Amino acid sequence: MKRRIAEALAVGLLRGMVLVVIVATLLMLGSIARHGTGVITWEFLSQEPREGMTQGGIFPAIFGTLCITLLMIVMALPLGVCAAIYMVEYAGGSLTARVIRASVNNLAGVPSIVFGLFGVGFFVLFIGRSLDRLRGSGLVFGQPAMLWAAATLAVLALPVIIVNTAESLNSVPRSHREASFALGATRWQTVRRVVLPQARSGILTGSILSISRGAGETAPILFTGCAYFLPRLPVANLAIPFTGLSIPMINPLDQFMELSYHIFIMATQSTNAADTRPLQYGTTLVLVALTFVLNLGAIILRLRYRKSRESAR
Amino acid sequence: MEGASREAIEAGRRLSPPTRDARTGRRSRAGERLIEAVLRLNGFIAIAAIALIFIFLFKEGVQAFRTIPPSHFIHTTELDFDDRPQVVRMWQPVGTNPKYSLIPLFCGSLLVALPATILATIFGVACGIYLAEVAGKRTREIIKPAIELVAGIPSVVIGFFCLAILASVVQNALHTTFRLNALVGALGVAFVIIPVIATMTDDALRAVPSHLREGAHALGANRWETIVRVVLPAGASGVTASILLGMGRALGETMIALMATGNAAQVTASPLVSVRTMTATIAAELGAVPQGGEQYRALFLVGSLLLLLTFLINLLAEITVARMRKRLAL
Repeated sequence: MKRRIAEALAVGLLRGMVLVVIVATLLMLGSIARHGTGVITWEFLSQEPREGMTQGGIFPAIFGTLCITLLMIVMALPLGVCAAIYMVEYAGGSLTARVIRASVNNLAGVPSIVFGLFGVGFFVLFIGRSLDRLRGSGLVFGQPAMLWAAATLAVLALPVIIVNTAESLNSVPRSHREASFALGATRWQTVRRVVLPQARSGILTGSILSISRGAGETAPILFTGCAYFLPRLPVANLAIPFTGLSIPMINPLDQFMELSYHIFIMATQSTNAADTRPLQYGTTLVLVALTFVLNLGAIILRLRYRKSRESAR
Repeated sequence: MEGASREAIEAGRRLSPPTRDARTGRRSRAGERLIEAVLRLNGFIAIAAIALIFIFLFKEGVQAFRTIPPSHFIHTTELDFDDRPQVVRMWQPVGTNPKYSLIPLFCGSLLVALPATILATIFGVACGIYLAEVAGKRTREIIKPAIELVAGIPSVVIGFFCLAILASVVQNALHTTFRLNALVGALGVAFVIIPVIATMTDDALRAVPSHLREGAHALGANRWETIVRVVLPAGASGVTASILLGMGRALGETMIALMATGNAAQVTASPLVSVRTMTATIAAELGAVPQGGEQYRALFLVGSLLLLLTFLINLLAEITVARMRKRLAL
């Protein structure tokens, strides 16, 4: 009897603690939503900030976030997928594969401010200044820019992509590869036509998760290219040769505004924090909604992929 | 974040594809070699990334010792107003007499990371046990993704919540003098770590083979006794590893520490005063520092120490996990 009471109490305590965590999360998200929903209007999402960030909107920050995540995924995805393919398909169980796996696990554990230090020290100062010295053109590359911020975020996103891609490559049954080899395909043909198409959804999940992580991380971009207020968007006109036309394109050498950086500076360093408080809540709500949608999408993808896998077997 | 499993990596190795292309009959070795070289280059870039991080941080950090003697990183001696020498432990890199003691920063990091880890261990391990042992299949399918969603909340958002709302709640409840203190920061950091510990504990406990549980049930143990006396001891290495990884994450957390802890570098043992962590120091000062100067190198040294610390903690966690795998491979 005493044992039964002890068990009921203990299991009840476990349930209670899980409930506390869930309620705390809901309270936090709820309070942000309560203060923030009143601020979200179409003007808020489509206009520039005005009057010292007390009025206007956050459109440049949203645009900057989209730009930086686009650049980051363009840099990180090919690198990560190729590295994962090499680690799983070509290197197999060799020492190289184990070293790559250890490096990826270590990369995943590096604090985000250390990525920021690396971004400043390596990308902006070492590579940027070296490029300037080679071109002899003065200070063009050796200063904070979207290019270097995207590179820093790409290094941060690399472990996420590699781990998810490797996981999905491993879930392809071995028999598929054996059948392909038996039919005379080379290793690359097997990877390209048999293994990769089945691993597509894992790669997609990894990309979505890395985009969500890149949009939310602030520390890596603090010093590598982000700004609190810029008078224009990081867009430049690219002249097409032999015609008189020019098309607007993202200028990777420009600085940019970003949602998470905007929240950070507005909350801690803006000149009138009390007046900008409503906008802080609104920006936070936009960022939470963005990462929420991305993560939810990745989770649903993963669930659907797992279900289709099980039903196919 | 465990990558490819060992058996799968080894399985890939044993297959050897033909060297002749079946469609054309030619040996397409050159094309295959080229593609393999490109893929190998990408693989090495992944290794190079972490190596470069270590190299660049240590390269700059070690140069700090050129102008700052190592003992200054612990304490310096200063003359006070009566011209008596006093031992000071302060981090004050700007001024005529720059002081680079790391003791206040260590105190700050520990005062935020330790309470956060303790709190997150209690709640995270409880959530992990609940997910692995108590929750039904349908509940698990809702709660596990929910915990992953919580893990995906950006730390700026949590830092902002702590700064704007939680700090006032804590101050009203505990009547502290300082609104932003280590406790508020620790609460925010605990929020970030709970999903990490919960998911890893859940994975560790689910890896315990079911025949151990079945044996315990056959001997008459109820659910709680099985958990405490059979499953938890068997999965103890995995749970320990998750706590270690959570602590590593707590030490490396930047934005919450920057926004919610008050940023006052002082040597203290009380979590109710403002502190400054190592991460917040780097984040706050790197923007205003001349490149190549003394403070710049000192900040890189702090970064190197952070990197080394989290690397060692992660290494310890991996060794613990390897030990668990060996023990459970019965």
